[in-house]
Amino acid sequence: MPDVSPFVILFAAVFTNNILLVYFLGMCSFIAVSNTVPTALGLGAAVTFVSVLTAAAGRPVYHRVLVPLGLEYLQFIVFIVLIAGLVQFVEMVIERTSQTLHANLGIFLPLITVNCAILGLCLFMVSWSYGFLQSLAWGAGSGVGWFVAVVALAGLRQKIRFSKVPPALEGAGITIVVAGTMAMAFMGFAGMVAIR
Amino acid sequence: MTERAQNVKAPAMPLALRIKASPSYRTFKAQFWDDNPLFRQVLGVCSALAVTNLVKNTLVMCAAVTLVTACSSCLYALVRTATPARTRLLVQMLIIASLVIVVHLFLGAYMFTVSEQIGAYVGLIITNCIVLGRVEAFATKNGPWLSFVDGFAAGCGYSLVLLAVSIPRELLGFGSLCGYAAVPESMPRWNIMVMAPAGFFGLAAVIWVCRGLQLRAQAAKARPGGK
Repeated sequence: MPDVSPFVILFAAVFTNNILLVYFLGMCSFIAVSNTVPTALGLGAAVTFVSVLTAAAGRPVYHRVLVPLGLEYLQFIVFIVLIAGLVQFVEMVIERTSQTLHANLGIFLPLITVNCAILGLCLFMVSWSYGFLQSLAWGAGSGVGWFVAVVALAGLRQKIRFSKVPPALEGAGITIVVAGTMAMAFMGFAGMVAIR
Repeated sequence: MTERAQNVKAPAMPLALRIKASPSYRTFKAQFWDDNPLFRQVLGVCSALAVTNLVKNTLVMCAAVTLVTACSSCLYALVRTATPARTRLLVQMLIIASLVIVVHLFLGAYMFTVSEQIGAYVGLIITNCIVLGRVEAFATKNGPWLSFVDGFAAGCGYSLVLLAVSIPRELLGFGSLCGYAAVPESMPRWNIMVMAPAGFFGLAAVIWVCRGLQLRAQAAKARPGGK
């Protein structure tokens, strides 16, 4: 287990090792839902919530169940099932507490299941053999990092609507260019902390 | 594909036309170019950005994705009539996950260094939207052979874009191609090409070129008298 403070991991996951802009995970929903700021806020919050829960549940499942049984190669299936269950749970909670948020998120909520950011953070956390608190910090930080990136991109895309974009770059193309510029901005944080 | 086209009894047609008229060819072309998963549907972007700084990793990743997409479509098409609609997502995910585990174990056994570098992204093929998208959109309605072709074509379309992004990145970033030196030592290396932003810009450039070509072809078709 690397001897890194959970606070450092939390900071690193948001800025220097942003799961989206450095590890490129969760791009599909990042591009699909970053049309307007409110939707981005809602999905970002949901992803953050699910990623914290998944990190908290995934580490014990891996180290207490799969490793003793020698079934590490089943990690993909186990994590996917775990994430699907948690997403179902979050959907039920949101449906009860906030009808408007539920109506806004609609189709995107189940899609968190196949959001590779969540599965990716599980796989990274296991392969870097983090402890429980470190995993929790990594999950929370990755969620917040994704949240920050998607909301910032949504804000930028609202401005792009008034610009003249070459027809072949409209939609996804220009979004990827903007994301690349954001990745360059985040490179400014590189080297502040190391987590491996 | 060609063998199948030759079996069709249409002796008057030349071979090239017969191939063009076959459903396999049309399925292939739709996924490979017209509705390319990356530059038309913008799916599977994550791995497209992450593994493209080395051509060798890209080739392995392309092979893995093509294999998983083709086989999972084909396997699901085989069991599609026996699967109740309500549990189909579960069945699809299990098929995909099993195939990915096989690929992951194979890479770990035979290509250890590559597996160390892109291992996590191979695992993430499970959540690659291209795979699930093809299974759900095509294999639920078509037979095993066409589904195989469809998945294979989607994988090839993905590979096309990935190679187009990765070759310039490795050439300019490391000055090599597949690990062999290809650019003289005197030329400075572009460090940015190895890092994250270049992945985004490279992919955007490929999207720009391919969409531009498609839009031009559409415009030529729409013009009266154009081909």
